[in-house]
Amino acid sequence: MVQNSLGRFIPEIYNGKKRIPYKTPNTIIPVGREYARPVKAFRPGDRKLLGSLREAIIASGLKDGMTISTHHHLRNGDFLLNAIVKELDELGIGNITIASSSVHPVHAELIPYIRKGVITSLECGVNGLIGELATKGELDIPIIVRSHGGRARSMMTGEVKVDVAFIAAPCCDEYGNMNGYYGKSACGSLGYSHVDARYADKVIAVTDNLVPHPVSPIAISQTCVDYVVAVESLGDPAKIVSTTTKVTKDPIGLMIAKNTADVIDASGLLKDGFSFQTGAGGTSLAVAENVRRKMLEKNIKGSFGSGGITGYFVEMLREGLFHTLMDVQCFDLNAVKSIGENFNHQEISADLYANPFNMGSIVNMLDVVILGATEIDVNFNVNVNTESNGYLLHNTGGHTDTAAGAKLAIIVAPSIRGRLPIIMDDVITVTTPGENIDIIVTERGIAVNDKHPELKKELLKAKLPVKNIHDIKKEITDITGVPRPVQFTDEIAALIEYRDGSIIDAVRRVKE
Amino acid sequence: MEETLSIRRSLLYVPGNMPSMLQNIPIFNCDAVFIDLEDAVPMNEKDAARLLVKSFIQSYKNRNKEVFFRMNALDTEWGYDDLLTVLPALPDGVRLPKADTPEIVERLDTFLTECEENLGLEIGRFKIIPSIESALGVINCIKTARCSSRVIALAFGAEDYTTSMGIERTKTGEELFQARNRVVWAAKAAGIQAIDTIFADVSDEESFTREVRLIKGLGFTGKSLINPRQIDIVHKIFAPGKDEIEYALEIIEAIKLAREMGTGVISLRGKMIDAPIVKRAARVLRTAASLGMIDIEISDEVIHGTK
Repeated sequence: MVQNSLGRFIPEIYNGKKRIPYKTPNTIIPVGREYARPVKAFRPGDRKLLGSLREAIIASGLKDGMTISTHHHLRNGDFLLNAIVKELDELGIGNITIASSSVHPVHAELIPYIRKGVITSLECGVNGLIGELATKGELDIPIIVRSHGGRARSMMTGEVKVDVAFIAAPCCDEYGNMNGYYGKSACGSLGYSHVDARYADKVIAVTDNLVPHPVSPIAISQTCVDYVVAVESLGDPAKIVSTTTKVTKDPIGLMIAKNTADVIDASGLLKDGFSFQTGAGGTSLAVAENVRRKMLEKNIKGSFGSGGITGYFVEMLREGLFHTLMDVQCFDLNAVKSIGENFNHQEISADLYANPFNMGSIVNMLDVVILGATEIDVNFNVNVNTESNGYLLHNTGGHTDTAAGAKLAIIVAPSIRGRLPIIMDDVITVTTPGENIDIIVTERGIAVNDKHPELKKELLKAKLPVKNIHDIKKEITDITGVPRPVQFTDEIAALIEYRDGSIIDAVRRVKE
Repeated sequence: MEETLSIRRSLLYVPGNMPSMLQNIPIFNCDAVFIDLEDAVPMNEKDAARLLVKSFIQSYKNRNKEVFFRMNALDTEWGYDDLLTVLPALPDGVRLPKADTPEIVERLDTFLTECEENLGLEIGRFKIIPSIESALGVINCIKTARCSSRVIALAFGAEDYTTSMGIERTKTGEELFQARNRVVWAAKAAGIQAIDTIFADVSDEESFTREVRLIKGLGFTGKSLINPRQIDIVHKIFAPGKDEIEYALEIIEAIKLAREMGTGVISLRGKMIDAPIVKRAARVLRTAASLGMIDIEISDEVIHGTK
């Protein structure tokens, strides 16, 4: 074990690989060249279309010990990953690593196959039961959690080599051109899978909407795709995207949102050229709504909105409040509809979105990002991976990437959740280091990171309820008391990678 | 602060049986809260809620708003127990339901005096806001407003009022017009505040906004609220306009000058400025300051002059 700069104990070797402890956001400098797959040729008249998923698996040469990937744009409606693993088991293929962009609760179906040894490693974060069982010690599988930008980086550097990438393609032709805009499983952007298409040795497009060549517009092109398979259905449309994402009605959430918008206003960043990202949570959307009103009031024309895109941002694009949307993932049906119709609503890859090791990703150009947290500590470190019970339930997403890139990374969170204080001395797991977090907004006050004394002055001048984070913490624990800490064993259930590949924390198994 | 100048624009109801909502009282920006032990609390929770409210008020040390509790009516089995339990926690006062006659308010006044004596408190500490919420209450409200120096405001309650009249409450409120006017007259004549009834449809911000404009125009000084989302709308409508603030500032400057010259009356652009006008100007400026619209403090000395 070694200690990283945040005092977290990190194994030197995990799952057979040497690990580097996190030091600062900019310590690691990349060396070498990008990973490249073998050069291939495909002759006129050759065909890619195969009859079934099984045929494609066989044709791809997938065998024991290899790594596969899928994307999570179909979210909890995804049928594909479960179907692939079932086929692998039936073909007697095992010891497989999954390096998908995320795993959702629907993939709890994989649990028996993990127990059976079909799946033996997860090079990706997990949402839901798999993570819970891993932290409870009921499932034995190494897990490496990465941010969206970190995943793109790991494939670019070859740290994670995907042998066969399966890309669910809601609209695809028989030569492998695809987009996610049209069809019964339309999910909008296919942003995360662009890196799979670029770096995986073999790429299989799986579609439930085979259209005549060529697909228009092309999001991922035929040059990257080895095989095409048509299936009955890629997923459950009702669970692929939420039909609508809505602004919260909770008075606490609304109060946080109003304060957050006032913080953005007072920061001086809200001017022409403003760039902005929020999540799809009710409070985040309420922030967007408040910012939208301020922009309309002051006649401000923003440059771009990025990240997971909601109907709210689509509306702001239509109103001329953004010049363009940079969309790595669509969060609701309005976003899906818009990306297929509006030229200024562009699909971006995870590499362009957030990769720290290229010549600059979109997050670097962000003015303000609004982020959530399951826990925050007095050093501004943020946990989004584990819950207060210690279970690994959430993936990192773009949290770490946008926090590192944006000029102003704001955490919005209610001060008390389920009777537990949100601000504590130490978070259970550090997902994003305090160095990357600028402001925390709760309904009991706003905490400004000490590295921004000027900003703090501006907020105080604007009569915002700025307080010392220790005082906010005390105010909360005066109500809730200090909860008894969760007890952990020394066994490691997962590693949390910082976006540059160093290890920022390890998730340990809970003592039950 | 002088009693008549206390700002009570937004008075938020908070159910007395819900800890998750009570804990948020300190963070809402309303002027006052009515912690409810009456209609919001089911019969089988009256005792528990009373104890909860007492503990909450006791623990609410850094008071940043006035705290009233709505007791159960005096003729119920819970009314006196509410008072005996909650008063030692030192709320600012009581909202008395079904204040149909001045005698009911006087009965409460007497009981509060006894409590203050027993607790060793200054007599008159606990204020009363009678709810005018029946035909009888409306008829008697002129006397009710003057029956005790503890009565700092009359609160109109339209839900019970319309029930007592056997009529429907509408969103436009024509049926409330007479009653509202009478409550405002009674309050103004007695030199106290008038607080309007709740508006139940929280999601209908448009109708709510219209109603707040209406009641402000009628002379109400504040409104009872059932959701924190309604607070900002009330404050916005009750906020003084820019012209109003500028004129008030001119008045204060003029009266300061007058005092320097040794008089309490002065003419400003041909209009006579004297005590009531200064008082009103001070109220405008204090309201504006509380909203962060201006950054000046108006001392009582400016309003009344030095003795």
